[in-house]
Amino acid sequence: MAAVLESLLREEVSVEAAVRWIARSAQSSEDDPGEAAALSSLQPLRKEFVPFLLNFLREQSSRVLPQGPPTPAKAPGASAALPGRAGGPPRGSRGARSQLFPPTEAPSTAAEAPLARRGGRRRCPGPARERGGRGPGAPEEGFSGESVPWAGGRRLRGSGSPSSPSLALSDPPNLSNLEEFPPVGSVPPGPAGTKPSRRINPTPVSEERSLSKPKTCFTSPPISCVPSSQPSALDTSPWGLGLPPGCRSLQEEREMLRKERSKQLLQSPVPTCPTPESGSPLPSRTGSLTDEPADPARVSSCQRLELVALVYSSCIAENLVPNLFLELFFVLQLLTARRMVAAKHNDHEPSPDALDSLENPLFQSIHDCVFFAVQVLEHQFQVLSHLDKGTLKLLAENERLLCFSPALQGRLRAAYEGSAAKVSLAMPPSAQAVSFQPETDNRANFSSDRAFHTFKKQRDVFYEVLREWEDRHEEPGWDFEKGLGSRIRAMMGQLSAACNHSHFVRLFQKQLLQMCQHPGGAGAAVLGEAPDVLSMLGADKLGRLRRLQERLVAPQSSGGPCPPPTFPGCQGFFRDFILSASSFQFNQHLMDSLSLKIRELNGLALPQHEPSDDGESDVDWQGERRQFAVVLLSLRLLAKFLGFVAFLPYRGPEPPPTGELQDSILALRSQVPPVLDVRALLQQGLRARRAVLTVPWLVEFLSFADHVVPLLDYYRSVFTVLLHLHRSLVLSQENEGEMCFLNKLLLLAVLGWLFQIPTVPEDLFFLGESQSDPFEVDTVASEHGLDSVPVVDQQLLYTCCPYIGELRKLLASWVSGSSGRSGGFVRKITPTTTTGLGAQPPQTGQGLQAQLAQAFFHNQPPSLRRTVEFVAERIGSNCVKHIKATLVADLVHQAELLLQEQLVTQGQEGGDPAHLLEILCSQLCPHGAQALTQGREFCQRKSPGAVRALLPEETPAAVLSSAESIAVGLATEKACAWLSANITALIRREVKVAVSRTLRAQGPEPAAWGERRGCSHACEHHAPLPSHLISEIKDVLSLAVGPRDPEEGVSPEHLEQLLGQLGQTLRCRQFLCPPAEQHLAKCSVELASLLVADQIPVLGPPAQHRLERGQARRLLLMLLALWKDDFQGPVPLQLLLSPRNVGLLADTRPREWDLLLFLLRELVEKGLMGRLEIEACLGSLREAQWPGDFSEELATLFHLFLAEPHLPEPQLRVCELVQPNRGAVLAQS
Amino acid sequence: MILTKAQYDEIAQCLVSVPPTRQSLRKLKQRFPSQSQATLLSIFSQEYQKHIKRTHAKHHTLEAIESYYQRYLNGVLKNGAAPVLLELANEVDYAPSLMARLILERFLQEHEETPPSKSVINSMLRDPSQIPDGVLANQVYQCIVNDCCYGPLVDCIKHAIGHEHEVLLRDLLLEKNLSFLDEDQLRAKGYDKTPDFILQVPVAVEGHIIHWIESKASFGDECSHHAYLHDQFWSYWNRFGPGLVIYWYGFIQELDCNRERGILLKASFPTDIVTLCHSTV
Repeated sequence: MAAVLESLLREEVSVEAAVRWIARSAQSSEDDPGEAAALSSLQPLRKEFVPFLLNFLREQSSRVLPQGPPTPAKAPGASAALPGRAGGPPRGSRGARSQLFPPTEAPSTAAEAPLARRGGRRRCPGPARERGGRGPGAPEEGFSGESVPWAGGRRLRGSGSPSSPSLALSDPPNLSNLEEFPPVGSVPPGPAGTKPSRRINPTPVSEERSLSKPKTCFTSPPISCVPSSQPSALDTSPWGLGLPPGCRSLQEEREMLRKERSKQLLQSPVPTCPTPESGSPLPSRTGSLTDEPADPARVSSCQRLELVALVYSSCIAENLVPNLFLELFFVLQLLTARRMVAAKHNDHEPSPDALDSLENPLFQSIHDCVFFAVQVLEHQFQVLSHLDKGTLKLLAENERLLCFSPALQGRLRAAYEGSAAKVSLAMPPSAQAVSFQPETDNRANFSSDRAFHTFKKQRDVFYEVLREWEDRHEEPGWDFEKGLGSRIRAMMGQLSAACNHSHFVRLFQKQLLQMCQHPGGAGAAVLGEAPDVLSMLGADKLGRLRRLQERLVAPQSSGGPCPPPTFPGCQGFFRDFILSASSFQFNQHLMDSLSLKIRELNGLALPQHEPSDDGESDVDWQGERRQFAVVLLSLRLLAKFLGFVAFLPYRGPEPPPTGELQDSILALRSQVPPVLDVRALLQQGLRARRAVLTVPWLVEFLSFADHVVPLLDYYRSVFTVLLHLHRSLVLSQENEGEMCFLNKLLLLAVLGWLFQIPTVPEDLFFLGESQSDPFEVDTVASEHGLDSVPVVDQQLLYTCCPYIGELRKLLASWVSGSSGRSGGFVRKITPTTTTGLGAQPPQTGQGLQAQLAQAFFHNQPPSLRRTVEFVAERIGSNCVKHIKATLVADLVHQAELLLQEQLVTQGQEGGDPAHLLEILCSQLCPHGAQALTQGREFCQRKSPGAVRALLPEETPAAVLSSAESIAVGLATEKACAWLSANITALIRREVKVAVSRTLRAQGPEPAAWGERRGCSHACEHHAPLPSHLISEIKDVLSLAVGPRDPEEGVSPEHLEQLLGQLGQTLRCRQFLCPPAEQHLAKCSVELASLLVADQIPVLGPPAQHRLERGQARRLLLMLLALWKDDFQGPVPLQLLLSPRNVGLLADTRPREWDLLLFLLRELVEKGLMGRLEIEACLGSLREAQWPGDFSEELATLFHLFLAEPHLPEPQLRVCELVQPNRGAVLAQS
Repeated sequence: MILTKAQYDEIAQCLVSVPPTRQSLRKLKQRFPSQSQATLLSIFSQEYQKHIKRTHAKHHTLEAIESYYQRYLNGVLKNGAAPVLLELANEVDYAPSLMARLILERFLQEHEETPPSKSVINSMLRDPSQIPDGVLANQVYQCIVNDCCYGPLVDCIKHAIGHEHEVLLRDLLLEKNLSFLDEDQLRAKGYDKTPDFILQVPVAVEGHIIHWIESKASFGDECSHHAYLHDQFWSYWNRFGPGLVIYWYGFIQELDCNRERGILLKASFPTDIVTLCHSTV
């Protein structure tokens, strides 16, 4: 590989030819025969060129980006692959790789401890997860706690053992310690030895981040590391950097960094732009620790650097590098490199004859680095110009860039000024609950009352847990599992019925979408938050101060340009919920539901924008873009969780299997059908030119795959398709009908990110040319796909790929003079070939009518289709509701009438309710057939008007009528399909409810309340409140019953007033409820009994503690009037003759019966009680046990009452007149 | 009527071990003349109920019941007309109505073949005339009419108060022209949790969005508010979003701390309601 680079440098081969050679393998006619000959001899190495180049650049730059501690230099022999050395590079792939990818460093014990401690708090997923493991003292703490594969863990590759790959992987120390094991040089080294390496421990700025999973993958530089414990010789290679051996502890490193940084801040609060003219350092920056100024005049070898920059840029442009933004990040690191580490060759002037060889370091000074970086940036201007405004501003303001290329600076400034791509952070939405919808959530949707009520409770527990999480998850020491785990599992335990699982999953998924659609979901610092904070640094000082303050509050994220998949913000809640629930059923239902929703959203007919179509206004366009963003973000979220749950059982902290074990696992896993047929969806997406929608969510899904997944044929073919897609997204090609630039950029960003995920083997990236195009895109059918519509803007790009914001952060940290977070970047790539093709699914046919309808819509504005579909959907749904409210309601009413008849004819019982129901249903259900006719009429009547109202006035008549009839057809289809399937069941259900309601009403409880009257028309509802009256009467009763203080009593006026108020209250029904009226009735009867027995203590002179006869009668008459006229419910008048109330008379001496007799007569006279009824009561009274004399008097009263002639009024008046005498007689007896 | 926690504690302090009689209430009113009677009664009732919940178990041991029953029997044997049961209840610091129920149950166990069902007991308490023993009937009746915290009459009064305030709230909503679904309508539609009113179009009160309104004709103290939060208000929030609770008899100021979270407390119908304006442009 070095040979290729060298031939380039010697100009034996042109850059164009080399890139063609790399990209397409076959020699083209454009190639010079000499070049072709030079290259063809190197053919076997073709695929290894790009990884070689990338690693070469990383290694070359390692002295410039020395943020970490000095690392041991490579062992001698590592340079075996260099040209000119004895034997040259070994030709075998192992040998080649070993040259490229030296062994990874084993963990340094000092560095491991604090990380492991942090790791102990992490979630440890998987079925074997130990719950206690999260707390202190758990067995796994300090070691495997960190090793959560999806929680930021990156695979360890080639961890120290140089002998064989299997060995290297089988015994990994602290596998997923990201900082120890940057996911980079994955291929185990051959025996040749080691290469220089960088291992940088960035000082974590954010405490929050150290607690949560996203440990950065790429803040550490790529290359493999040598175990720090191994003493190694000083570098002696030509590339060598001459770094001192040994490694300091993390603490020491941090201390150093801190000191260094504080010195920097003291010495150079604002970085100064070195002037091109004077290469000499400025006075303020003389300290050895300050930034080195960069000077174009001091670049060591412009020509060589230009050439390498060109080759490198061409590889980037052809998408030969796995991750575009990672390379940009690297280049910006070079641009903002602070100074060169002092190497022993530092001041050596390169020998002139070595200019074209690789013997001399490529970057001999900061000047070289900056020169190279600016060269590459010039080539990448197009991409840069599409970055957000903040990044553009920082680039345009970068003084080094200005020094080295004023022209580029000018273009960037212009791009900045013309850019409207301000990426803003949406305010985190506060948590809103999923609303209750009767259509899906009421009793009818559950199998039993119990299931319904269980779910009711579960919903509340779910939100209780969510609220607690919101309140507490940021508290130090709070642990999800400890705080909520048992409650969640208890709740899941209640989800016994399968139907409840689906209900709960629906709630869970809706809440997930509601809370997490924006990555900045409520309450947590997330990726992408910091960019805004830093974006304006260096511009206005007030703003800067404020933002710095903010930075203290919201720590900078340190995800690096390629962070592992994370669950930022609220997503963490849902992830932890799934883990804590540990429920197979829940996971299965969740996967079902997520898959369904993904299919639904992925297939959504997103309107295609017609560029400058006169029909669509800007408003529509904005709306469409917004709609696309919402759908895309939802899909990504759902797919992420689907991937998380689907691959959950297969992921664990252990290293990926190898050898035979791997084979058997592969054999097993290849049997398992994929949870969602993503391959088919991807192919459909590509065919329909909707990659911009499908690929981003697919990437989210795949990012959670376990190590075995990419080895499975099915997924391997998916990756193959994605790789081809990646390669085809050449940004410089902007042809008619091509994918839009930002759409491409989004896909490149997400795919590049995916290729850096530890579980995705690097060898997947570099495919052999034996691969034919795995997927022929049917370009004919897809001229106007979503891909060619500019649906992606910077806001969406940065929302989906917050790591692009790292570029801005890097530039900002340069401006702010803090070297806080530079550091590593790239991981190395292993070239290998892959095979596997995706098969095309068969196409399905559609009905002719449907095709015609499709064709009709094809040439109409998309809003027309949306309108028609919308109208059809709504009218269809309304139609069903209308039928329920009219036809079904009528039938139910009929059922009630029929039932009443039945009850009358069959007596009160009416027979068995189930039987009754059957009879009714057999009579009524046939009427359900009318539903279809009525439904059709309804759709016919309602749809056209709705379509007309929603479409533009100017719609041509023919189009309008077609649209109307399609809407009618679709609505009718929808409604009738539902009705014909469900109407009978619906009628049955409603009739059943009505029957049980009627039968219940038949029962004794609310017995015949009769027609109730409301208030009179003029009523102003000013009557005393019923509660007040009950309370007042209760007081009187309690006074009468006693015990009472001597001074307590009521005045007759008060009693009269009370009864007057009672009348008012009973006449105003506004506030009166049946139970209150019942109690009022009962209390009034009790009051009457106390009056009759003369038991009411009256206020007044002590001698006269009793109510006068006349007053008592007046009060009784008032009560009688109330009973007769004002009470609407039954009054328990028979209580007047209950033994207890009559017994009240027994206590009075002398006994006076006249009031009772008076009352009984009045009751009969007013028709409130029948004579016979009273006689029956009196009869039963005699059976009770009384004192002897009382029984006698009672008998006398009985006779007296019976003796009353059954005569109408006049005679009764006479009776009344004579009554006092009789009373006197009685009293005397 | 919105009390600070300190004010509330001062009132609650005066209620320790006070029997639930009309005499006690009268004294309480004299002690806190500035507070509304309804508020005082509500606080008293709630404090007393808390007290009873704490001590309930000790009155329900077999030994306790037996001893109460014997004391009752001895008492009425001496003088059936004396307030034996009521005085017993006051003496042992138990609610008279509950004491009446206890003795009635015990009495029926002795006199009936089958143990009395709950509905029979309830029915007899509602209408003591059904009690087979005349003396006991009078004793029970006396307990019930003298108890201002428990018993069928008190239950009815509470229910009536609740109903009246719902009606009041409904009237106010109608007056303000705010369309709503009431509890019955919601239940008919199959809602599993039903606040008193769901607004069909949300409004804002003091800057907070309101989707539902719950009327509580009681004083909002810590204990009842937390129970309501758990059983009702959060459940409403979980289904319908933020809402308003009106504690007509006031509440402890410090409890109104979930405004941002979506539960707003008021002691009366809000005056500054902002409704959605349909622009007429």
